[in-house]
Amino acid sequence: MTDKKEHIILKTENLSIGYTSKKKHTTIASNINITLKKGELIGLIGANGVGKSTLIRTLTKVQAPLQGHIFINDRNLLKINPLELAKEVSLVLTEPIASKNLSVLELVTLGRQPHTNWIGTLSQLDKDIINATLEQVNIKDLKHKKCFELSDGQLQKVMIARALAQDTNIIILDEPTSHLDMYHKAYILKLLQQLAKETGKTILFSSHEIDLAIQLVDNLIVITNEQVVYDQPCNLIKKGIFNTLFPKDLIVFDELTGSFRVKK
Amino acid sequence: MKTTTNTWAFLVLITLLVICFFTNISLGSVSIPNKAIFNTLFGNIDNTSWQHIIIDYRLPKAFTAIIVGSGLGISGLMMQTLFRNPLAGPFVLGITSGASLGVAIVTMGTSLIGGLTLVILTTKWSIVIAATLGSFLVLLIVLIVASKVRDVMAILIIGLMFGSISAAIVNVLSYFSSAEELQTYFFWGFGSLGNLSWNELLILFILYSVGILLSLSSIKTLNTLLLGEKYAKSLGLNIKKSRLIIIISTSLLAGTITAFAGPIAFIGLAIPHITRQLFKTSNHIILLPATFLLGAIIMLICDSIAQLPNSDYTLPINAITSLIGAPVVIWLLVRKRKMLF
Repeated sequence: MTDKKEHIILKTENLSIGYTSKKKHTTIASNINITLKKGELIGLIGANGVGKSTLIRTLTKVQAPLQGHIFINDRNLLKINPLELAKEVSLVLTEPIASKNLSVLELVTLGRQPHTNWIGTLSQLDKDIINATLEQVNIKDLKHKKCFELSDGQLQKVMIARALAQDTNIIILDEPTSHLDMYHKAYILKLLQQLAKETGKTILFSSHEIDLAIQLVDNLIVITNEQVVYDQPCNLIKKGIFNTLFPKDLIVFDELTGSFRVKK
Repeated sequence: MKTTTNTWAFLVLITLLVICFFTNISLGSVSIPNKAIFNTLFGNIDNTSWQHIIIDYRLPKAFTAIIVGSGLGISGLMMQTLFRNPLAGPFVLGITSGASLGVAIVTMGTSLIGGLTLVILTTKWSIVIAATLGSFLVLLIVLIVASKVRDVMAILIIGLMFGSISAAIVNVLSYFSSAEELQTYFFWGFGSLGNLSWNELLILFILYSVGILLSLSSIKTLNTLLLGEKYAKSLGLNIKKSRLIIIISTSLLAGTITAFAGPIAFIGLAIPHITRQLFKTSNHIILLPATFLLGAIIMLICDSIAQLPNSDYTLPINAITSLIGAPVVIWLLVRKRKMLF
C-alpha cells in the first residue's frame, strides 16, 4: 500500500468494550486503537469468547462502548443517526435471514433500502448498482432463485452482494466462513480481498480461519485475553503474537507455514 | 417481463372482484332479476321492496364482505412478516380470542358487574369498543412476550394459551349470565356480514381505512423485516416504531372487523399464502394489493355460498370460511411440504 492514497475510514481511540448491567461494568477488552483505511481488508481473530462479536457489535452501534471513542469518516459514531449509519456501514451476520422465500434479486435489492423513498421505489441508479453487484459477486445466474434453493456458499455470496448493494464505505462480516467447506472458505475470503481492491471499500471480517486470513488480509486485529494487537500479518508473526492466542498445551503456531500444528 | 405478468394478474383479479361483487348482490333468499338490480343501482326504481332489499341489505353486506376479506388478509400478511412465522394470523395469535373476551365481558359480564350499566353496555358500540380493546391488549401482550422469547414457536403457543384462557373466562361468564345475554354473545360468535347498517358500515370503513393507510405506509418496513430484525436495524430501520405502527394497523383491522362481523376464521391465515402462491414474490408492494383483492374476492364468494341462494336459510359465515380455509392450508402444507412466508 502506498501512503498517498490512505484515507482513514474508521478509527478507534482507547476503546474499551464490554457489558454494562446494573451499574456494573464487565470489561472484555480495552485499549483498542485501530485505524482502518480505504480499500483495506482486515481480519479479526481471537479465541472463542474473547470479544470478537462484542467488538463488532460496538463498532456497529448495537451496544455502547464502555470507554473511548469510535470515529467513522471523522464523525463520532454516537452522533450518527441509524439511517446515516446505514449508508456508512453494512453488515453480513451469522444469523439466517427471516424469510427464505425471498429471491436472490429481491434480497440484494433490499440492500438499497436506506437510499430509496418511503415506499422503496428503485431509481435507475439503484438498478444499475444492483446489477453491478450481482456481476461483481458472480451470482447473475442465481438472480431468480429463491434463497431456500441455495447452498450455504451461494447464500453467503448473495448476502455479500446485499451488503455491497447498500453501497457503504465499510462492510463488516461476522464469521462469513463458518458452515462452509474448505474451498468455499478460501473462495469467500478471496472474493472479499478482490472486492476491497476493486471497490475501494473497507472490509472487516471476523474469522477462525487464521491461516487463510494471514495470507489474504492487509491487517489483522488479534484479540487475546491480555491485549488487542493491530498490525500487518508478517509483523504479527515476527512478534510471535499467534502463540499467545490459545492455551499452549495442544497447538503451536508454525512461523514458516503460517499455520497451527497439533503438538505430537 | 415480470411486471407485465403482474399487471395482467391484477387486471384479472379486479375483473373477478367486480364479477363477484355483482354476483353477490344478485343472490339472496329473494330472487331479483338482474335487470332490476342494475336499474336499482343506477337510480331507476321499479320495485320499492326490491330496492329496500338491495340498498339496505345486500349492498352493505357486499361492502362489508370486501372490507372483512381484504382487512383480515392484510392483517394476516403483516403478522406473518412481523412474527417471522407462516402460521401467524389474527386467529392463531389470540387476537380473535382477545376480541371475543372483550365482547363476552360486555355482553355477559354485566350481570356480574350489576344491572345499572346494562343499557349503555349492550349497545353495538360497546361491543365494537370492547372487541377492539381486547384484541389490541392481547396483541400487545403477545408482542411483549415476543421481545423476551426469541423462539417463534413459543409465541404461537402463548397465543394459543390466550385462546384457552379467554375461552375459560367466557365459560365462567356464561355460567352466570342470562339466556338473552348468552344468545347475544353466541350470535356474535357465529360471525355475520349482514347485520350492518350504513352508519355502522361508515364507522367500520373509517377505522379500516386508517388501518389500511398505516399498512401502506409500512410496505417498505415489511420488506426490510423479511431479513430479520438485526439486518433491518443495520438498514437504518427504527424497529420499535415500525413494530408499533404494524401492530396498531393489524389490531385496528382485525379488531374492528371482528367487532363488527364477529370472529371470521382462517381468512387472515390462508389469504396471504394463496397470494404468495399466485404471485411468487415476497415484495409487499405487490403482496399487499394482491392480498387485498384476493381477500375481498374470496370473502364475497364465501358469503354467496353462506346465504344459500334462493333458500330461506343462511349459514354462519365462520363455518364457510373454515371449510374453505382449513383445506387450503392443509393443501399448501402437503404440496409444498413447508410453509414459507
